[in-house]
Amino acid sequence: MINLDTIIFAISALVAVFGAVMMIGQRNPVASVLYFILSLVAQAVLYIQLGALFLGAILIIVYAGAIMVLFLFVIMLLNLRGQEDLGERGSSVGRFSKYLLVTLFVIELGMVIKSSVLPNAGITGISSMVPSDFGSVVGVAELLFGKYLYPFELASVLLLAAIVGAVVMAGREKAGDTPAAAKPESASGPGSVGGAGD
Amino acid sequence: MLEIVLISAIKVVVVILVVLTGCAYATYLERKVVGHMQHRIGPLYAGPHGLLQPIADAVKLIFKEEIVPDNVERVTYALAPIISFVPSMLIFAVIPFGADTVLFGHEVTMVISDMNVAILFILATTSLGVYGIVLAGWSSGSKYSLMGGLRSSAQMISYEVGYGLSIVGVILIANTLSLRELVEQQASFGDWFIWRQPLGFLLFLTCAIAETNRLPFDMPEAESELVGGFHTEYSSMRFAMFFIGEYAAILGVAAVATSLFLGGWQGPYLPSVVWFCIKVFLFMFFYIWLRATFPRFRYDQLMAFGWKVLFPLALLNTIVTAALVML
Repeated sequence: MINLDTIIFAISALVAVFGAVMMIGQRNPVASVLYFILSLVAQAVLYIQLGALFLGAILIIVYAGAIMVLFLFVIMLLNLRGQEDLGERGSSVGRFSKYLLVTLFVIELGMVIKSSVLPNAGITGISSMVPSDFGSVVGVAELLFGKYLYPFELASVLLLAAIVGAVVMAGREKAGDTPAAAKPESASGPGSVGGAGD
Repeated sequence: MLEIVLISAIKVVVVILVVLTGCAYATYLERKVVGHMQHRIGPLYAGPHGLLQPIADAVKLIFKEEIVPDNVERVTYALAPIISFVPSMLIFAVIPFGADTVLFGHEVTMVISDMNVAILFILATTSLGVYGIVLAGWSSGSKYSLMGGLRSSAQMISYEVGYGLSIVGVILIANTLSLRELVEQQASFGDWFIWRQPLGFLLFLTCAIAETNRLPFDMPEAESELVGGFHTEYSSMRFAMFFIGEYAAILGVAAVATSLFLGGWQGPYLPSVVWFCIKVFLFMFFYIWLRATFPRFRYDQLMAFGWKVLFPLALLNTIVTAALVML
């Protein structure tokens, strides 16, 4: 049965997978970032199709809007322009086994999907598989600040520790006697650029 | 079903046309107002009072030769103007322009898509706008462009934090993320959220100017230091797309500010759409006024201002508002 939902799902799912595959296959890191963003946008469409407007918007804001911009920023600062020697190509035996493993994995994945997901719920039935408040503002808030309050707060403390650590390390390199080496480090964090002016 | 699709399609076309015309005449308004503020007269010769100047500019830009430098990254170079243009137009999909009306026997809601997370949608599209500038700067293969792109990404990431936080106060009071409901809650002059969120409004205004790269925060294209900034290597229609995108972003921010803080389309006597346009126009005028008044910040001042002044103030505003709402 083909209806509008199925078509949108098929297109965005294909685009998401296509973006993910192309992201890995690119030699140029900026192109990788762009394909990743493409994949993220397609995933956001999938969330929205599930009725999870909030999750879809947050995915775009946090991943596409903030994290990937920082990635791009670092790539531009290091001026990576699709260099040839980004990795070892390996021997022909190594290359062969690599492709063999990937092929096996894909076949296995296909079998799992075929046996478990498809018979139980058709693609069209997906929106009925999730609760009605899935991914809504209230639904997410109740989970974050109710059931998972402690893990959530612990994660925030962990992130804070990471931020403090990054600031301390950036500051130490700047104080050292190798200003040239410290330069890209201090510029990659927007906050420390402001700090450098004082 | 067909009726809904048709009405939506017509709304989209009308909104795009109006916004594009608005962008063209925003450039005219800017040149005229800044001209008079600087004791000049601004554009005068094309049409009465130079009213046809935007059309002349558009024709000129279309017919100009497109020059692509040799060492650009072709695909990204071609994509960048589009990426910068599209998100700023997307904002208008969720802006409520007026009260529901009956046109030719059909009930028409004056908003393209009444999403229940409209504010998050706006934040998402705004955050995507930075890619156009960053990619343009990177793909041009020019040092000026690269510096412009780098500055802009740092600036926009920094001010996005304050931008988002300054809206949180309004959301907390209104208890909704839908722009339509927000506007409906500001029925009378005294209900405008600007009175209950004065600090939030000022923060939003400041961050919005930085987000749209306007003076005094127009670091990415500071002419005196970076030639043209990220669009140094662009010409003809590709340059024009950056230009239109920038003005569409300004119009978008003005429309968002109107809806969030100034009661949107609510107002007495006049039709709601007219009220909306008046408020947006006042915002545009204010923007241009700022441009004619303030000198440009230095880059480190800009970053320090964003992180050490605006960000803590926005946090404080959020905490105080949350506490007051709880009580």
